Amino acid sequence: MNKKKLGKQKGRLVDSEALLEVQKLLSDMPLRKDMLIEALHLIQDEFHYLSAKHLVALAHEMKLAHAEVFEVATFYHHFDVIKENDAPPPPLTVRICDSLTCEMSGAKELTESLKNVLGEGVRIQPVPCVGRCQNAPVAVVGKNPLDLATIESVQNAVNKKEVRPEIPEYVGFSQYRDTGGYQLFQECNSGKRTAESVIDELKKSGLRGLGGAGFPAGSKWEIVKRFSGPRLLAVNIDEGEPGTFKDRFYLETDPHRFLEGSLIAAWAVGIDEIYIYLRDEYAAANEILLREIKELQSAFPDILPQIYLRRGAGAYICGEESAMIESIEGKRGIPRLRPPYVAEVGLFDRPTLEHNMETLHWIRDIVEKGAKSFSSHGRRGRKGLRAFSVSGRVQKPGVHLAPAGISMLELIDEYCGGMLPGHSFYGYFPGGASGGMLPASLGDLPLDFDTLQEHGTFIGSAAVIVFSDQDSARKLALNAMRFFEHESCGQCTPCRVGTAKAIPLMEQKTWNKSLLEELSQTMEDASICGLGQAAPNPLRCVMKYFPQEV
Amino acid sequence: METISFELNGQTLEALVGETILQAADRAGVADIPRLCYKEGYRTDGNCRSCVVEIEGERVLAPSCCRYPQQGMKVNSKSERAVHSQKMVLELLLADMPESGKSPYTPNSELDEWVEKLGLSKPRFSRRVQPAFDNSHPAMSVNLDTCIQCTRCVRACREVQVNDVIGMAYRGSHAEIVFDFGDPMGDSTCVACGECVQACPTGALMPANDVGLVAPDKKVESVCPYCGVGCLLTYHVKEGKLLRVNGREGPANHERLCVKGRYGFDYVHHPDRLTKPLIRIKDAPKTIELLQPKDWQKVFREATWEEALDFAADGFSKIRDENGPDALAAFGCAKGSNEEAYLLQKLVRTGFGTNNIDHCTRLCHASSVSALLEGIGSGAVSNPFTDVTDAEVIFLIGANPIGNHPVAATFMKNAVKAGKKLILLDPRRTALSRHATYDLQFRPDTDVALLNSLMHVIIEEKLCDEKYITEHTTDFEKLKSNVADYSPEKVAPICGIPEETLREVARTYATAESAIILWGMGISQHIHGTDNSRCLIALSLMTGQIGRPGTGLHPLRGQNNVQGTSDMGLIPMFFPDYKSVTDPENKKWFENFWGTSLNPKTGLTVVEIVDAVHSGGVRGMYVQGENPAMSDPNLNHARGALSMLEHLVVQDIFLTETAGFADVIFPASAFPEKSGTFTNSNRQVQLGRQAIDPPGNARQDWWIIQEVARRLGVDWSYDGPEEIFSEIRKATPSMAGITWKRLQKEHSVTYPCNKEGDPGEAIVFRKGFPTANKKARFVPAKYTHADEMPDEEFPFVFITSRQLEHWHTGSMTRRATVLNAIEPYPVVHVHPDDLQKLGVEPGEAVTIESRRGKISTYSRQDPGVQQGNLFMSFAYNEAAANLITTSVLDPFGKIPEVKFCAVRMSAGGNPEMRIG
Repeated sequence: MNKKKLGKQKGRLVDSEALLEVQKLLSDMPLRKDMLIEALHLIQDEFHYLSAKHLVALAHEMKLAHAEVFEVATFYHHFDVIKENDAPPPPLTVRICDSLTCEMSGAKELTESLKNVLGEGVRIQPVPCVGRCQNAPVAVVGKNPLDLATIESVQNAVNKKEVRPEIPEYVGFSQYRDTGGYQLFQECNSGKRTAESVIDELKKSGLRGLGGAGFPAGSKWEIVKRFSGPRLLAVNIDEGEPGTFKDRFYLETDPHRFLEGSLIAAWAVGIDEIYIYLRDEYAAANEILLREIKELQSAFPDILPQIYLRRGAGAYICGEESAMIESIEGKRGIPRLRPPYVAEVGLFDRPTLEHNMETLHWIRDIVEKGAKSFSSHGRRGRKGLRAFSVSGRVQKPGVHLAPAGISMLELIDEYCGGMLPGHSFYGYFPGGASGGMLPASLGDLPLDFDTLQEHGTFIGSAAVIVFSDQDSARKLALNAMRFFEHESCGQCTPCRVGTAKAIPLMEQKTWNKSLLEELSQTMEDASICGLGQAAPNPLRCVMKYFPQEV
Repeated sequence: METISFELNGQTLEALVGETILQAADRAGVADIPRLCYKEGYRTDGNCRSCVVEIEGERVLAPSCCRYPQQGMKVNSKSERAVHSQKMVLELLLADMPESGKSPYTPNSELDEWVEKLGLSKPRFSRRVQPAFDNSHPAMSVNLDTCIQCTRCVRACREVQVNDVIGMAYRGSHAEIVFDFGDPMGDSTCVACGECVQACPTGALMPANDVGLVAPDKKVESVCPYCGVGCLLTYHVKEGKLLRVNGREGPANHERLCVKGRYGFDYVHHPDRLTKPLIRIKDAPKTIELLQPKDWQKVFREATWEEALDFAADGFSKIRDENGPDALAAFGCAKGSNEEAYLLQKLVRTGFGTNNIDHCTRLCHASSVSALLEGIGSGAVSNPFTDVTDAEVIFLIGANPIGNHPVAATFMKNAVKAGKKLILLDPRRTALSRHATYDLQFRPDTDVALLNSLMHVIIEEKLCDEKYITEHTTDFEKLKSNVADYSPEKVAPICGIPEETLREVARTYATAESAIILWGMGISQHIHGTDNSRCLIALSLMTGQIGRPGTGLHPLRGQNNVQGTSDMGLIPMFFPDYKSVTDPENKKWFENFWGTSLNPKTGLTVVEIVDAVHSGGVRGMYVQGENPAMSDPNLNHARGALSMLEHLVVQDIFLTETAGFADVIFPASAFPEKSGTFTNSNRQVQLGRQAIDPPGNARQDWWIIQEVARRLGVDWSYDGPEEIFSEIRKATPSMAGITWKRLQKEHSVTYPCNKEGDPGEAIVFRKGFPTANKKARFVPAKYTHADEMPDEEFPFVFITSRQLEHWHTGSMTRRATVLNAIEPYPVVHVHPDDLQKLGVEPGEAVTIESRRGKISTYSRQDPGVQQGNLFMSFAYNEAAANLITTSVLDPFGKIPEVKFCAVRMSAGGNPEMRIG
């Protein structure tokens, strides 16, 4: 007879001390189910992990089942769930990016060295792309990202407990407003412009979704507008595609531009609530946005839609529009099956306009200066501008605003100062890990929506990673597949199992090309979302363009 | 009927509106599209991707289980592209299965089925690192090495049964089924409903001990013997023994079961089963002490059926002839069939010549039925509990369906998830509280005050349905003036619920499009139980929340056939179909029907019979399938009566606590050993079919009753339940339209069903009430206290309750391996602060004493219990809760107040030795 078990109901009891602690942390946060991830963040931030007793207390407060809380908490890699017999992690974690550019820049070696040097009090975690590829390798000490990280710089930050991010100089609210910002929004709001005219201008500009899907923005506004309200706007700043950092760039230099774009979209489409989903790795941007949204709300107290800022928690899949919506709803980031599409049944089952942050960033310019100011740019018959996030073996990596349709060779030459000394151009990723890889021999293709599909690749978010004869295409493809396997939500067989099975096959000296192709076909044809559908791209490109390596 | 024309593999199909491509293909009997994560009746999830098809014009393949055909759509499930992915998906899943290839845990793995159909050979991919086994639960084994992450079990637990134990944790290829926080199943909050086992396609979740690998000899469709939900099930039988139980589609359960129905069946094969008639050894003394079954030879000897039946009948006829028919009494079995109940009451009325026949309804809903008959002319439910699906508001008071009607509770939880409002009123917070929109944890015994205050608000705020009141009721003015005195301000401190909450609840109930009231023992088992029910009836009448779908009054009937046994007249005041025995016309009809004269006096009820034994009025009793030595209140008094009887005949499947007092014991048939009809709480008459034979020399209950009857001079010659049922139809007009053949075909028929061909009325009182003036009557109630209030000497309130794993007196479930393994020891639920004040560690024993008796039991901390209250079930003879309870009766229903008496609690003590 186990008297301890006999003396209580099955399952964990609420610990009264833990309950008080959680209640204090939650303070006046609404206890709605969709606030679960925000609540978990409060606890993780405070205690550096999620203990079982705090999770039980939280479940009690939010009237959720234990399994509900556990399955959400364990989905996201920024949460450490620690059960009764587990050892909690050390209070400080150093995260070292191990994605494409960082691997090329020595992330593995850095990680190994740091393991020997930092000692027991620090946890070292390899993590996927943190969006700072132009300064690879990157190590994040607590929430403080160190660019061009070295053993010394990391050790220094650890010793000095420099765990908060540095906030860069950026155009704040007053400066933005003084230089003409929010004029357009006010014009719209006061009726000086019509929604039709604004949408029309957008359509004429040819602006397409810059997160990678490339859906025409103007048309999307029209579609969502047709469904009856209430409607919501969801802004996607879960910039997680390896090689992409343009959103962070704009956030940390000129954040109000996308905010104004959001307000104009909300006005034009008839939207009462805006949810901004920001990846948790962008701690500086989080501080910036909290500050700037508050100022914005104080400046226009009566005319703004509600604006909510939500943090991601370490899941690339939450950059997928429907998975992001699930995450905002406080759930696991599992993409939804379509139809119905998000425009019709989206966030909280309402018609939802979803946009990548950068797409909204361009609204003001296009409407103020006219469609042609955007569409007149372009090479090789393509229209518009792209903010290319370029990283890898080039002299000047960074965000380069260039005409759509530019070629890789031109980009390297005209914007990136050429290849790094000692490196000759071998190949490139035109659109992050999911966009596949192209050889140098195809360095003259126009880089834009629709132009690369016939070559088995796509531009996506224009995350361009350049690699050289010092690199191995197959190694990079394997890095990409490991990334997809790590980030797969696990919902569907082709992706969950396919990414896992592809890895040992790709580790073989000689690839079983026919089997890999069979597997790739199913992943592309039968996965629920873009992650699984695109995951085979790098490996197929290696087989097609770098066959000598496998 | 509107259909959608589309093409599948070149063939034109007509899909019904709302039907997916997969369902349309299945219905047409074509294509045989593979599927794994799809389960009929469950929400589709579309995650396995084995059902993918090519839809012309679409970039990627589509899951046919989730897609709806559009006019002119061209679908191909057999194109090269589609088949390639279907096969690849199966190959990927197969690659992670155990090395044997086929599932080692079940011969019915759906993955194996499709692998074979699509002609796959050995997978070409490496296997994952397999998760560990989990055999921590007595009823189920968890073999995640065959898990394909289809989430059918997640949907089973979270969406169907809403027990919310299973989650899909972690991510990607690490995604794994977990229980609570990734705990062993046996340690988790899992209630063992087994829905996940029923849902799993690959054997990752199976009944324990590899039962699933044994092929049954036969499968028999029957009903569950436990509660009033009346789940339909299928017995798997092997070599004359029950192997396992699966859920079956029925109107009350929709394939769902709970732990008792699914895993609590092996009591039938317990070695304690009575297999031979027993006669008390001459001069073996009868004391109040209980007899250990293993010591039976000290008190009983085996006998032949002839001898036992003769001895039993002689004993009855002697008392009948010497002391008069009213010196005899009988308790019938509410778990028994309608046929058995009908025969027993007929025996008592025509063989004994008395109306002293009663059963455990007296201890259960007697007060509810009394109020219902009084107010609306009918004691049965007005709407089935499944109507919670149609209700906008569910008003649940004094009931814990999670414990006693688990499958009915799942429908309530489903309704809440679908956005309906649950108003929960219970002094104890339970697992249902989390789902409640309004959770009123009121003070025990204050129901009338609380309910009157709700009515006060409804009247004050003009939320009554005036039209309904005028057209369908009488005496509203009496009620109105009564509740004028019960303002929320006044009542709030009495019942412990804030004023504003009372108002909100009243408004929510009154203004709902449809609202249904369900209740249980918290309402009925009080000396003002009838008053409590009168208030509930008034609440529904004044707001017109009755006579339509999603509305009405549903006292949740406890036993699987207590509705039926009451219908059969196994009660002292009514003949079958609630015909009063004192009405001369009814008497004449039955005298004619049964061919004998009948006693014109109302008989005694359960507790009254016990009292009559003490006073010498009743000397002989026939107890069939009842266990008053555990279920009656004030057990010292009740057991005293049993020990005083001159002649006690007990008919049961075990040597129960009651049987120990007997002069003759008949070994009877357990539920799976008989065929018969059983009526659940929804008024659904359902057919139980015999699956196995009674053991040894045990016999059918109906046969035993007939043999006794014959020896009492009644000339019966029924040849079985079917014949008895045809007589029942004649005696019970509301069931006259139900035939045995129809039951064999349809398994379940609702009454009223007055003539053959009638479908059966699920919802009654649509157009008035079965009263003389077709109207319902308001009967006002004044707030009164329970009989025995707590005081300085006895400061705690003792409240009897039930628990999920055990049924009532425990005679069946203490002998069911799985059930008793989960909860083997008696516990009293106490607020943690109360234990702390007493210096008792939860789990340690406490002694509880009332003016009537004393027990020692283990303590369980339960923050859901109010301070000063104690909740305990009466299933453990080593700590029989009814030793403590009071037998004071509600004056109308004659039900004892087992929900409230005064006790004191002290640390320490030892439970008795377990009997059995």
